[in-house]
Amino acid sequence: MTDLRYEAPGSLSAAVALLSDAKGLARVMAGGTDVIVQMEMDLIEPELIVDIKKIPELRGVSPEDGGFRVGAATTGMQLCDHAAFAAAWPGVIDGVKLIGSIQVKGRASMGGNLCNASPGADSVPPMIAAGAVARVVGPDGVRDVPVEQIPTGPGKTSLARGEIISSFFFPPRAKGSGDAYMRFTPRTEMDIAVTGVAINLTLDASGLCTAARVAIGAVAPTALLVREAGEALVGTKVDDAAIEKLVAAVRAACRPIDDKRGTKAFRIEVTGVLARRVALAALERARATP
Amino acid sequence: MKKHHITLNVNGDDYDALVEPQQSLLDVLRDTLMLTGTKEGCATGDCGACSVIVDGVLQCACLMLGMEAEGVRVETIEGMAQGGDLHPLQKAFLTHNGLQCGICTPGVLVAAKALLERNPDPTETEVRYWLAGNLCRCTGYDKLIQSVLIAAKEMRGA
Repeated sequence: MTDLRYEAPGSLSAAVALLSDAKGLARVMAGGTDVIVQMEMDLIEPELIVDIKKIPELRGVSPEDGGFRVGAATTGMQLCDHAAFAAAWPGVIDGVKLIGSIQVKGRASMGGNLCNASPGADSVPPMIAAGAVARVVGPDGVRDVPVEQIPTGPGKTSLARGEIISSFFFPPRAKGSGDAYMRFTPRTEMDIAVTGVAINLTLDASGLCTAARVAIGAVAPTALLVREAGEALVGTKVDDAAIEKLVAAVRAACRPIDDKRGTKAFRIEVTGVLARRVALAALERARATP
Repeated sequence: MKKHHITLNVNGDDYDALVEPQQSLLDVLRDTLMLTGTKEGCATGDCGACSVIVDGVLQCACLMLGMEAEGVRVETIEGMAQGGDLHPLQKAFLTHNGLQCGICTPGVLVAAKALLERNPDPTETEVRYWLAGNLCRCTGYDKLIQSVLIAAKEMRGA
């Protein structure tokens, strides 16, 4: 076994340099709730761990251009406790709240949840529905990438060698907007999604839906943005007929596997059921906003 | 494997420790500092037996590297009683049979302490959700939850 090297740089440029220069397997660690478990279970044997929690801009939530910038290593508990963010993006909070126990949320981050690239990651569908954009910093500079373009398959991302997600940008919230995320699990807590649906929608003063984004998780190799499902709601009052179209669109987009958590047929069926419930929850939140 | 020097504060006492990079905070607490009150259940963050409070945040000691503990302040079960006086949670667990075999108990007590510091008057549902990450293989959940509620009431002076 090679010696593991632990580094906790204080700047992004130092972190990028460490990752770029690594000889063997290098892993970025934020909360470590996936990386440490994978090391403990001998699934990975990294030569280098780059702990990014000491980099100031990777922690915390700040207002930016009418929206929010969230450091990629901001913990779940920090995010849930941020009153303004939680009020603007309750659907994102729905997802973050479902990431493990209170103990795990004391460490785990959305950046880690995304980069671990589990198809069932609970914070990813609501981030996609929100239109969140990841800021990627690497040896060739900085690029902004929509969250849905980061995961490419189970455990795989589009990040190049040496690249780190430093933060997420959540766009300004239009009046009359609401979002929600729900998942199906056999237990209410401490479980992994069998399927999950996130919807973010905006209503005009007359209650007409002017924008909608729908994302599904755990029913394909990555979380998916389902454009047709959002389009099914736009221009409607999110009535029964529109919701029927939404349900059909999300079921058509599902490409699940059969596994111990659920069969393909079950996952497709339940994703439709969840889509209906999530649409109604997002609608209620949108109507409740001033 | 090369060892690295860290200093950390545990329950108000400063410690020096030599740690290997792959060791968890749990390993450091139990094997280096000989503070064995914090238990290892799963070592993968699922059971909560190793719950500790680090810089005010409840977490699993198995999900943190010892190397990360440089300069942190850790609260463990050993720091809960003040001298010979048990914490109200500990008293309630004894009086109301909040434990059976006891292996989950240190983690449950530390987690419950963190809850009551944040929310002195939790509902039963809030206690159950907060402690969802603390598994009790004896399945003695009901008395454990009731003990937390009784201690909370006591601490509020109600």
